[in-house]
Amino acid sequence: MDYAIDIRDMTVAYREKPVLWDVDLQVPPGVLLAIVGPNGAGKTTLIKASLGLVKAAAGSVLIHGRPYAEQRSTVAYVPQRGSVDWDFPTNVLDVVTMGLYGQLGWFKRPGKAERVAALKSLAQVGMEEFAARQISQLSGGQQQRVFLARALVQDARVYFMDEPFQGVDATTERAIVDLLQGLRKQGKTVAVVHHDLQTVPEYFDHVMLLNVRRIASGPVEEEFTEENLRTTYGGRVAFVSALSAAKK
Amino acid sequence: MSASFEIQLIAVVVAVTCAIPGVFLVLQRMSMMSDAISHAILPGIVVAFLLTGDLGSPWMILGAAMAGVLTVALVELLRKTGLLKEDAAIGIVFPALFSVGVVLIAQYAGDVHLDIDAVLLGELAFAPFDRMTINGVDFGPRALFVMSAIFCVDVAFIVLFFKELKLTSFDKALAGALGFAPAFLHYVLMGLVSITAVGAFDAVGSILVVALMVAPPATAYLLTDSLKPMIFISVGIGALSAISGYWMAHFLDASIAGSMATMTGVIFLTAVVFAPHRGLWSVRKRRSSQQIVFGRKMLVIHLYNHEGLPEANQECRVDHLEDHLRWDHLFATRAIKSSLQLSLIKQHGALLSLTETGREVARKSLVEL
Repeated sequence: MDYAIDIRDMTVAYREKPVLWDVDLQVPPGVLLAIVGPNGAGKTTLIKASLGLVKAAAGSVLIHGRPYAEQRSTVAYVPQRGSVDWDFPTNVLDVVTMGLYGQLGWFKRPGKAERVAALKSLAQVGMEEFAARQISQLSGGQQQRVFLARALVQDARVYFMDEPFQGVDATTERAIVDLLQGLRKQGKTVAVVHHDLQTVPEYFDHVMLLNVRRIASGPVEEEFTEENLRTTYGGRVAFVSALSAAKK
Repeated sequence: MSASFEIQLIAVVVAVTCAIPGVFLVLQRMSMMSDAISHAILPGIVVAFLLTGDLGSPWMILGAAMAGVLTVALVELLRKTGLLKEDAAIGIVFPALFSVGVVLIAQYAGDVHLDIDAVLLGELAFAPFDRMTINGVDFGPRALFVMSAIFCVDVAFIVLFFKELKLTSFDKALAGALGFAPAFLHYVLMGLVSITAVGAFDAVGSILVVALMVAPPATAYLLTDSLKPMIFISVGIGALSAISGYWMAHFLDASIAGSMATMTGVIFLTAVVFAPHRGLWSVRKRRSSQQIVFGRKMLVIHLYNHEGLPEANQECRVDHLEDHLRWDHLFATRAIKSSLQLSLIKQHGALLSLTETGREVARKSLVEL
């Protein structure tokens, strides 16, 4: 079977401490996947290692059957909002256009076609009237939508998103979820680092439970079980069972 | 060309050349790396000098660039051990390299122009004596040629890699994911900072290079919201500091390099206070006008709530506002005056009442609340 994302034996260690240990993940195409796990479980590292941003001690990653380096133009990445300096002297349209730099390649400058594409994806996230806005003047939710627009403009097949719901209000969260589900309907594969266990069954159709090792991965209804959550989150079972009670 | 003009020209080219890579140092929060590099290139210069016996050779620039890149690599190496943070790593690496340079000068090069004072502070006033002569024809001061060449290299780099530099400066992770080799660009930029520092070193010394690299971009950062203007404004401020610094030195009979660096500081301070949007002055003005807008709203809502009620005669008195809204007299006077000007309220003796516009504003503000 042709997996959209095929991670095998991924091991990452900072000095001697393993952050990811022998992790396998196979994601079929057209799936909206939540990557969940406690703090320090290696969720961000899994994405970064998949994109070659963190050096893996072992393991391989295939995107639609080929190594990431050959598939860059078909993969979009949304880093954590807090990872960049929002006081950087630039505006919203410019940030969204950065999504197209990969397709432009070295030296070539973005032109009119790129601006038009960027405006279009800004409209998709409902931010077109913010195009000329200096980025330091955006709220957290607006920053997140700008990041999303920057990924959308790439028109990728596979999306990696690191906590796109972090610090956004309920309305924005809903809007982002609609966008992600829209992407899945177009047959794209979206892997999202997610924190809110309550919303996993509602938003996502696949889930990966991660805590340094992979605990489980697969369709939400099969793998998002109390037992798997207990294994992933360890001692914090009170809240896990409250959650599964809520599920029933 | 007169010596005075030549000195100013060199000063401008040095300042402008420093400002260009400085923009990216400031944006990447690596300003202190310029300090580290400008000191750590000393052993590179000394070793190249000892090998070639020539102070102006391109080998010196190459030696310096290598020492600069070595600094960055060593800092990176120390940081990667996870045993100390980057600032501490910088603080350890550059004095180590610099001291090696100082010892080498004292041991082997004590009798040449390469003395400690010149290394630290430079001497721009002597620059016109060192001429570029080819077949006996005098083309001008050598420093001017060296610095102009470095300027061209810097400009070429920024123009060619503008998009890539912008991306890595803003979002290193995305740059890496898209395949733009941020580590490679980082080292090239640091190499440029090194050759710029060695070029400027002769003119202004290793300490003041930092002022020229950091202060103009930091000033420009306060004045604009966009990267390209930031580069041009930095360059302009660099040139302005150079010329005004020269004349300041001229009238005070002081060190030219010192005066130039002082001027970068003066211009920066002026921007901190008076910058159009981010300056302290305009922030203060904006706050005070926001307070008045809020004060007007509170006033009309207060009047609206008590309008037509029996207690109105008591509640809507000017002197009562100070008690009821806990305003000091000055603020109450300003809020009332501003509301009167916008005809939101009318005043009859000590009593205030709403106009139709004022009532409208009150209703709207209540909805907003």
